[in-house]
Amino acid sequence: MADKASGLVQGTLDMLILKTLELQPMHGYGIAMRIEQISKGVFQVNPGSLFPAFRRLERAGWLASEWRGTENNRRAKYYALTGLGRKQLKGETREWARQAAAIARILEAES
Amino acid sequence: MALVKNLLAGLRGLLRKERVEREMDEELGEFLAAATKEKMRGGMSREEAARAARIEMGGVEAVKEKMRAASWESRIEAVWSDLRFGARLLRLNPVFAGAAILSLALGIGANTAIFQLLDAVRLRTLPVKNAQEIARVAIDHRDGASGNFSTRYPDLTYAIWEQIRAQQQGFSGAFAWGPNQFNVAPGGEVHNVQGLWVSGEFFSTLGVEPVLGRLLSAGDDQPGCGASGVVISYSLWQREYGGERSVLGRTLTVNRHPFAIIGVAPADFYGVEVGRYFDVAVPICAEPMISGEYSQLKSRSGWWLSVMGRLKPGWSVERAAAQLRAISPGLFEATLPPEFNAGNAKHFLQYKLGAFPADSGLSDLRKDYEKPLWLLLALAGLVLLIASANLANLMLARASAREKEMAMRMAVGASRGRLIRQLLAESLLLAGIGAALGALLARNLSHVLVASLSTQHDPLFVELGTDWRVLGFTTTLAVLTCILFGLAPALRATNVAPGLALKESGRGTTEGRSRFALRRILVVSQIALSFTLLVGALLFSRSLNNLAGLDAGFRQSGILVTDIDFTTLNLANEGRVAFSNDLLRRVRAIPGMDAAAIAEIVPLSGNGINHDILLGESGEPEADAPVATFNRVSPGFFETLQTRLLSGRDFDEHDAAKAPNVAIVNETFAKKFAKGANPVGMKFRVRSLGTVSTPCEVVGLVKDTKYGELREDFQPIVYTAIAQFDHADTDAQILMRSNAPLLKVMAAVKSTANEVNPNMDISFFTFHKMIEDGLLRDRLMARLSGFFGLLAVLLAVIGLYGVISYMVARRRNEIAIRVALGAGRESIVKLVMREAGALLVVGLVIGTVLALAGGKAAASMLFGLKPWDVATFAMALVLLALVAVAASLLPAARAARSDPMEALRQE
Repeated sequence: MADKASGLVQGTLDMLILKTLELQPMHGYGIAMRIEQISKGVFQVNPGSLFPAFRRLERAGWLASEWRGTENNRRAKYYALTGLGRKQLKGETREWARQAAAIARILEAES
Repeated sequence: MALVKNLLAGLRGLLRKERVEREMDEELGEFLAAATKEKMRGGMSREEAARAARIEMGGVEAVKEKMRAASWESRIEAVWSDLRFGARLLRLNPVFAGAAILSLALGIGANTAIFQLLDAVRLRTLPVKNAQEIARVAIDHRDGASGNFSTRYPDLTYAIWEQIRAQQQGFSGAFAWGPNQFNVAPGGEVHNVQGLWVSGEFFSTLGVEPVLGRLLSAGDDQPGCGASGVVISYSLWQREYGGERSVLGRTLTVNRHPFAIIGVAPADFYGVEVGRYFDVAVPICAEPMISGEYSQLKSRSGWWLSVMGRLKPGWSVERAAAQLRAISPGLFEATLPPEFNAGNAKHFLQYKLGAFPADSGLSDLRKDYEKPLWLLLALAGLVLLIASANLANLMLARASAREKEMAMRMAVGASRGRLIRQLLAESLLLAGIGAALGALLARNLSHVLVASLSTQHDPLFVELGTDWRVLGFTTTLAVLTCILFGLAPALRATNVAPGLALKESGRGTTEGRSRFALRRILVVSQIALSFTLLVGALLFSRSLNNLAGLDAGFRQSGILVTDIDFTTLNLANEGRVAFSNDLLRRVRAIPGMDAAAIAEIVPLSGNGINHDILLGESGEPEADAPVATFNRVSPGFFETLQTRLLSGRDFDEHDAAKAPNVAIVNETFAKKFAKGANPVGMKFRVRSLGTVSTPCEVVGLVKDTKYGELREDFQPIVYTAIAQFDHADTDAQILMRSNAPLLKVMAAVKSTANEVNPNMDISFFTFHKMIEDGLLRDRLMARLSGFFGLLAVLLAVIGLYGVISYMVARRRNEIAIRVALGAGRESIVKLVMREAGALLVVGLVIGTVLALAGGKAAASMLFGLKPWDVATFAMALVLLALVAVAASLLPAARAARSDPMEALRQE
């Protein structure tokens, strides 16, 4: 299947993951599902991008991870936002809003 | 914080790899399970759902690889696996690996050893605190100096030192010192150790702290101090006293005077002279007592001290020098030796003191060996270059063998960078192992090198530590060689069009020219460089031959010299002459003694006397008279050394104190002062400083002999009768010629001397060994450059052989076809040899240019030949050409013998 997420700007996936984890810790599949649901299927996140992104964010110190039992009695790795990650998300959100507004202005001016 | 976490996580990834991998599997497995479950809920069967989930994921291994790539430790792992792969390849080719590592270890080892020595004598600073503040005080341009020069650094006289101490302003402390040998045996055969005269400020100015007791201070160095205290070195303390603390207060006999040991200097302090060490430091004030009537301290024309100081904060060397210059006129006025004549005094009063940086100490070793060492380093560097070229050639051969493998890997998607990295890893491994072994080798080599420069009379000590400079040097060498021999082959190996390389089978044909060019260039440069080294080796060994085979005018072998010192007997002047004559008579009576004589100066010992010659019997002496060298000898001197008497007579027993003064001169003297006529009968007077002797008549003419050293031109020499000298020595230096075994003669001399009086100091050395020691530097250059030259030629010939063999193998089909079509064996050999000859000629031409350019550096070290010596070049040319032709004839003959059918059938 087509990887719609691959069309994302580099770094956008990171932001989406951080945002998803803002409310509560989640495991990998949960995060993927959540992004898909909230974007109403616009973004279908490929595990091939998702897991390397987890690793990257963890190494950057924005995510922490922990093994926990799942609802169906298995073990899964849960990711949670760290303080640093929260700060990063805030910064990225602000920057995104700024850029999106700027792009919108440009597009409106053209039409 | 985040960085630390990253680091820790990375380390965990490296160290607990299995667990991290398992967790990765588990995490992805959980994801798949969840995805499958979700899809089943959507109505798929279990199999369908699982399949869809896997497809969505797109290959578990690929995802894992991406996850790994997101971390820094994966890069280390990649390098590590490259290295492991390289090691495996090397293990599969032990011969190649062995040869490569050996040649690198030898090359890097030789370079490092020489560099280590250079580092020790040239680059390192003195082992004292703030060494950059230390400066040397000396006379700037001391021309026309007269007087008595002793020790290795006869910079200044004691009187000048006293003035400097009183008047200098630029130094927070200044001290005088001078090296000397002290006899520490209580009696009998002499036991010399290395000593220092030091002024009271020596240790405190340098900031040296004792390990035991106390060091000499200003209070210990008071005029007329007599036998007070001495400081011994750490090594003497360990060597002679077993490191016992009870050494303090014990007695050390210095030239028969008992001194108390007051302290021990630290282990790393060898003095201020790089390349030497000291065993005992004696205060300068004790010099008049120890040296007795030969004391330099009281003589204003005795040059024997060197002065150094520590600059005051804020003072530069230039500022200190300016202050010293300013006080110079008054200072030299006040210290003018009264015995000077007008000419000497004129020079003396014009002297100006100067200050010179001395943060790396003083070293005559540096003066003698710095240039040779740099040159040797260059030669060793060339050898390493040739070895690298050889390796590059081998790597190229291996690369072409692996061409298909590379093409295959590139076809399946490996990037060129990845392949180059892998090939370089192999080179890096070789360079690394080679450098490590080389560093080990260097530690031994440099010690051997120092030991080979050390002689019994002139022991050296060089602190050969491995400091950051040496480590950096070795590492740089390893990286450079790795790039030299590894990079080009790696680039070449990966520069293939996969399609072409895979299509091409063994068929074909002649190797493309361009792919072969690099190997030719390598071989040509090897030949050129090895020719340069060979020329160097031949130049130095011929120079040594010239020196060793030189007719010095006297016999060198079978001559033993003994010095019998009877200072302790306290004889008056007349008694000494009689005593020496008696000793000589007894020595001559020893069985097996062919001839013996007393001489003041042993030729080529480096000692010398010179005085002004005033021709005629009377008249007002001119200020600037010509100078000749002098020696005082007993009758039989010329017979002992077998120097031919050309005219007149030898001295005899009638030439005694009261008889008219007589002299024997050499040919150069006759040439210079008698215009070549027979000088027998001519008269002259001798002026030594201010005093002019009574007239002296020439009674004999002898053949020219070398006086100070072998390299010099013949000098005018005047021999006077030792019995006529009015300040007879308190020792007799007897030269003995005998065919009896050395030890037997020595034992006989000792027992003879003991019969006369057991209370004398006796020492021995052989004339031949002394002369050989004087050629140490030449021998070192000849040996090492010879070794490097041989190594270079060997490597170059192996390289040439390899390339020609390779060419023959590559052109096998072509050669087979030629033979099949009727070409004779001869023409095949010619074909191959033409190729080898072209490489050889180009290499030799470039080599000649290089050798001519490089020869300039060696010019001053050569004796009796120029660096562009035609015969030497011709010799090197013939030698290298012969071995090169022999090396290429082998593969040529093999090619000619090969069966064409066999070669063609293999297609």
